[in-house]
Amino acid sequence: MYRYDQYDQQIVNERVAQFRDQTRRFLAGELTGDEYKPLRLQNGLYIQRYAPMLRVAVPYGLLNATQVRKLAHIARKYDRGYAHVSTRQNFQYNWPELKDVPDILEELASVEMHAIQTSGNCIRNTTTDQFAGIAPDEVFDPRPLAEIIRQWSTFHPEFALLPRKFKIAVSGTKDDRAVVQMHDIGLEFYRDAAGSLLAKVWVGGGLGRTPILGEVIEEALPWRHLLSYCEAIIRVYNRYGRRDNIYKARIKILVKSLGIAEFKRQVEAEWEHTKEGETTITQEEFDRVAQHFTAPPYATLSDSDAGFEAKRTEEKAFANWVKRNVHGHKVPGYRAVTLSLKTTGVAPGDITDAQLDTVADLADKYSFGELRTTHEQNIVLSDVALTDLYAVWQEAKAAGLATPNIGLITDIICCPGGSFCDLANAKSIPIAESIQRQFDDLDYQHDIGELELNISGCMNSCGHHHVGHIGILGVDKNDEEWYQVSIGGKQGNDASLGAVIGPSFAAEEVAGVVQRLIDVYVENRTPEERFIDTARRLGIAPFKTRVYADRQPAKKEAANV
Amino acid sequence: MSDVVSANASNLIKLKDGVGQIVADDWTWVRIPKATEEVKKQAGKVVLFKLTGDATATAEEIAATDIPAQGRVLVPLAVWLARKDELAARVAAREVGVWVETHELVEDLVASVHDINALPLIAIHVERFADGRIYSAGALLRTRYGYRNELRALGDVLRDQLFFFKRTGFDAFLIRADRSAEDALASLKDFSDPYQAAVDDKRPLWRRHVRSVTA
Repeated sequence: MYRYDQYDQQIVNERVAQFRDQTRRFLAGELTGDEYKPLRLQNGLYIQRYAPMLRVAVPYGLLNATQVRKLAHIARKYDRGYAHVSTRQNFQYNWPELKDVPDILEELASVEMHAIQTSGNCIRNTTTDQFAGIAPDEVFDPRPLAEIIRQWSTFHPEFALLPRKFKIAVSGTKDDRAVVQMHDIGLEFYRDAAGSLLAKVWVGGGLGRTPILGEVIEEALPWRHLLSYCEAIIRVYNRYGRRDNIYKARIKILVKSLGIAEFKRQVEAEWEHTKEGETTITQEEFDRVAQHFTAPPYATLSDSDAGFEAKRTEEKAFANWVKRNVHGHKVPGYRAVTLSLKTTGVAPGDITDAQLDTVADLADKYSFGELRTTHEQNIVLSDVALTDLYAVWQEAKAAGLATPNIGLITDIICCPGGSFCDLANAKSIPIAESIQRQFDDLDYQHDIGELELNISGCMNSCGHHHVGHIGILGVDKNDEEWYQVSIGGKQGNDASLGAVIGPSFAAEEVAGVVQRLIDVYVENRTPEERFIDTARRLGIAPFKTRVYADRQPAKKEAANV
Repeated sequence: MSDVVSANASNLIKLKDGVGQIVADDWTWVRIPKATEEVKKQAGKVVLFKLTGDATATAEEIAATDIPAQGRVLVPLAVWLARKDELAARVAAREVGVWVETHELVEDLVASVHDINALPLIAIHVERFADGRIYSAGALLRTRYGYRNELRALGDVLRDQLFFFKRTGFDAFLIRADRSAEDALASLKDFSDPYQAAVDDKRPLWRRHVRSVTA
């Protein structure tokens, strides 16, 4: 993975000093709350319902064991013994003291980490596929370019205060796992017939109040122009994006109002002036960064192992875990393993300090010291030998990290919601728990099969409910918490936004509603169909009919918001 | 320099060879008298930012703007566009600068003059700290339109923007009146070697230094 040189280290050290002074000035009354706000937000610090929340950047989801031990130490020393993996692959702490934040940043800087631009109206953490570099279907390892984007976007002076937050995702696989179509800019790398590396550029996607899938602004951007092209897009956005209404300030609104053709014309008029400038990425710089992402010293292994097969036959629990939590790898004899942070009774994505230490140990022992966070809020050990899988499973299981539910109904994507977040309309964690309890039977979960259930506590959509096969959104109705249910959303190459099935529900009804949706699916599915396939084939009508069968239309219900 | 003054007398910082100094301000900042301040709302909230391209002033307000007859005057773009003929002699004497709001387009200023460098001063006024359009305005004036004279930031100008201002081509900063320019000087040095290319250094870090892979 990328290691800092003296310049990278100097920048994060100078950031710590700068933020320490900004916080000192705020605490001394030299900065008002309003003046401190954009400064702390650019450093991932929110003032939340009960305490500040600090979001730590995990660039494109890549971590090493030393960093994870530091995260555990911070959870112990400055928080309440746990941390949270967010849907942007970052780590969050829910209970730090404001006065301690500069010290936390200093601890992070000591392991080449920071909280720069994890919030605020600026370019956020660039995300990518959690299987980058190891995926069997990978065309191009996007991590070097993700790192080049990270450096370019860090304290970019022209784009420090954009109309709204700005998210970039990169992908280099046939099968998109980076949800490029729901980002402000999505970059899908591929090679043309001649072998040249090009990017298909998507712009103006995003969830939130107005969910929109991105549109293609450029089909074939040569990789070396990546930064100048992004600068042209963001300059047009910075100048013309709406700042009068926070709900219309994302680039997607500008793209929609101009139309993609006119937006593209303006971007290209800008780009004409800069495209061959100094920001053009050189082969030397690409090679320098790419050297950090070379393969670990893999052993030459057979892609089958009798011991592993025997254990899988003997122990059903192990077999279930292998089926759900173990993924293909491009190197024979290796697999990627997802450690589930979705155990029933624990907030999705939460992990304790002791579990973090275990994860670091597992990485050191079995995965060349590296791991990844996923936007589904789990952790991946990227390079585990087939022969070690049984040991990894046993150790992960002992630490509560081996729930065999990856990609199943209980592997819920869920924002912190009203339990922590000041923006939320409704709580989301207890809803996730009620659904996990409803579907706690593992055989039943496996029978239902692949299903993505996503929950957001408000329109900001941090829980990606729009692209859940089943999406749940917390809404506020006369100061009561209600939940709107949608079906048919999907991430990936054939992404779609879910359709709301009807009027919303009270918290205690939600698990029952999900049960009815599942019943309709199970009764109607063909043998090869997943929930999403059946939902797409049938449309929402039969699901809606079942869910609302015994509800009176005039009953007290929240409006369909 | 003789115009270096004590912190109490001026809140104007100018860069000389990249180093900030507090200097006297010999320009009169001309503002448009506003008859009434309208309050607009969107989504239940007071609108804090004008949209790019929104009008700044009415014809009456522009006509009513008083331009001092003597000395160096920094006039608003809307006044400049409507009344530049009456300022022609003073432009020749290099007594006229123009200030632009963040919702106005620097292109309108560029189109209004034969040579942008006939203006010894251009200022961009940022009504609110969070309005990052000012950075694009500065960068465009310096790179696209070849402006070489003083480029000043006015308005809600606080020390934590200075580093970004400097990088996007500004070389003068009028610190908000209730804050210390002396304190603000420190923030010009927040970062010593930034990553990207910008106006003040057109090379990204990787073209400035040989960066080696460290183990």
